Amino acid sequence: MPQVAIPVLLPLLMGAISLALHRHVAAQRWLGVIGTGALLASTLWLLHTVWHEGVVVMHMGDWEAPFGITLVADLLGAIMAVLTGIMGFATAVYSTATTPRGHEHFGHWPLLHLLLAGVAGAFLTGDIFNLYVWFEVMLLASFALLILGGERAQMEGAIKYVTLNLFSSMLFLSAVGITYGLVGTLNMADIAVKLADVDQPGLVTVLAVMYMVSFGIKAAAFPLFFWLPASYHTPPVAVSALFAGLLTKVGVYALYRVFTLIFTHEVDFTHEILLWGAGLTMLTGVLGAAAQFEVRRILSFHIISQIGYMIMGLALFTPLALVGGVFYIAHHIIVKTNLFLVAGAAYRLLGSYELRDLGGLYKHRPFLGFLFLVPALSLAGLPPLSGFLAKFLVIRAGVEEASWGIVFIALLTGLLTLYSMIKIWGEAFWHGTPEHVPERDVAALTGASPDRDLWKLYLPIVGLAALTLFIGLYAQPLYELAEASAKQLLDPQIYIDAVLGEGSS
Amino acid sequence: MIQANSLILSTMARVLLPLQLLFSVFMLLRGHDLPGGGFIAGLIAAAAFILYLFAYGVPAAQRLLRVDPRTIAGVGLVIGTLAAVPPIFFGLPFFTGLWWYPELPLIGPVSINTPLIFDIGVYLTVVGSVLTIAIFLAEAEE
Repeated sequence: MPQVAIPVLLPLLMGAISLALHRHVAAQRWLGVIGTGALLASTLWLLHTVWHEGVVVMHMGDWEAPFGITLVADLLGAIMAVLTGIMGFATAVYSTATTPRGHEHFGHWPLLHLLLAGVAGAFLTGDIFNLYVWFEVMLLASFALLILGGERAQMEGAIKYVTLNLFSSMLFLSAVGITYGLVGTLNMADIAVKLADVDQPGLVTVLAVMYMVSFGIKAAAFPLFFWLPASYHTPPVAVSALFAGLLTKVGVYALYRVFTLIFTHEVDFTHEILLWGAGLTMLTGVLGAAAQFEVRRILSFHIISQIGYMIMGLALFTPLALVGGVFYIAHHIIVKTNLFLVAGAAYRLLGSYELRDLGGLYKHRPFLGFLFLVPALSLAGLPPLSGFLAKFLVIRAGVEEASWGIVFIALLTGLLTLYSMIKIWGEAFWHGTPEHVPERDVAALTGASPDRDLWKLYLPIVGLAALTLFIGLYAQPLYELAEASAKQLLDPQIYIDAVLGEGSS
Repeated sequence: MIQANSLILSTMARVLLPLQLLFSVFMLLRGHDLPGGGFIAGLIAAAAFILYLFAYGVPAAQRLLRVDPRTIAGVGLVIGTLAAVPPIFFGLPFFTGLWWYPELPLIGPVSINTPLIFDIGVYLTVVGSVLTIAIFLAEAEE
């Protein structure tokens, strides 16, 4: 069925057309908005199909699995693809008003499409080597987006970013090589079948840990997360928001895929490591955030701590924990991107991301204050917002497993997240406007000098905030989706049968 | 920039340019079954333009190209991506090779196929991106 390939081919095509139109920035903008809108529509179609007809598979070039490259969408993959569409569309709309002109001339739009193609490809491929290729596509596009503009801080962040990510890729590639040596196949479903017959448990466990470390770096999990806070605050805010929403989640997705489908032979060992990693990731992230006073850096550190919850869902490896994990990923992507977008709106009004330069936003822009509170309180996990349910599910799963240590850390992290959000709220929104803020910015804040493009910033923020409220108040659809996808994850045979055909194993 | 003070270089660049371009098309077309293909053919074509660039400088090379190499690369990518699409209308997965054997007057039977279209896309992409880099480096040196 073609649905599964369209979310990958569409952004590739849009990126190519944008490159061909590199002289016409206005056309690229339109193409950016229309192309990402079409991407969103195609991913919704995919999710609809997967929900009604089960796992969707397409063998590229008509080469049957396990010989060709297979695109597979189970529910988890389809949910991730839809989130990619939503984030792509929201940040594309936002980009039209916030991306500096120079960046647009030097390929902002083609790179944006290429990045989305890489992310969608990673979510939808059923081939482990192809997953590596999509990782590289993503790394290439994100690196170029990071250094567009070529400021000093950007270069510094980008070098850390690319070094650690290349290390991770190298590890990933070595692991793929060893996998091929062990089982002679690269198709993930086929690996899952054949690895069960490999009589070298030690080597298989080593392999599992190699994948774990490699994807852990991509997901910014403890201990190799330095690249994230070093780089995410340097590019224009729309790009930061897209990175914050999607890039680390590709690592999390890869962990979910590999540690539910392939490496389930020694859960006591591998998932125990994951659990420790999850706890430490939560703690270090949230403590790192407490020490920061730049809005985007605070938010960057919170990405890390939130990754911990998602990995915790995977590490507990019970049905409820996986439901919580999937729910958490969906909630987090929406909320985190939105927080970056709000920070961008505050920057637009006051010209800074430093807390000491911000203030008075609530007095002059109460609606923006409300729009900040929705994702911020959701991130901290206050009812009735989406974050409360997400946290409730994973923590409940922890209680059922009697893993008190991780439950305690998760609750503590939630509390400290609230502290960080209150810090931003207090300084940027409640606090009066500092006196050293230039006259021009104060005029922008109070509306004395109106900003005609401001609605393009508000539109995606309002949309994402509405989505957060919707998930919080009417969680049933997303919960059912998460529940069904957890069921698929816990029964790898569904995935294997879909790819290799019934009764092949 | 090494400007062409050499009569031999500037003469040969003019003579070699059409030959190299013809050769690149030959490599492109025979590439599916024999050594060759879009990538290598693209490099040969780009080399032809780079030789001209060395001999006559950046502005002359740009005049000869007429279009910005980035546009060439973009068009090539569009063609390459679109080559994956036709099989879907025949109920086959993306990227499946489709083959037609039309009879052309004078030439006789030829083979038109989606891998060839994909190769043409690769060809243009390689020409475009290599020339973008070459022109950028030459300009940076000036």
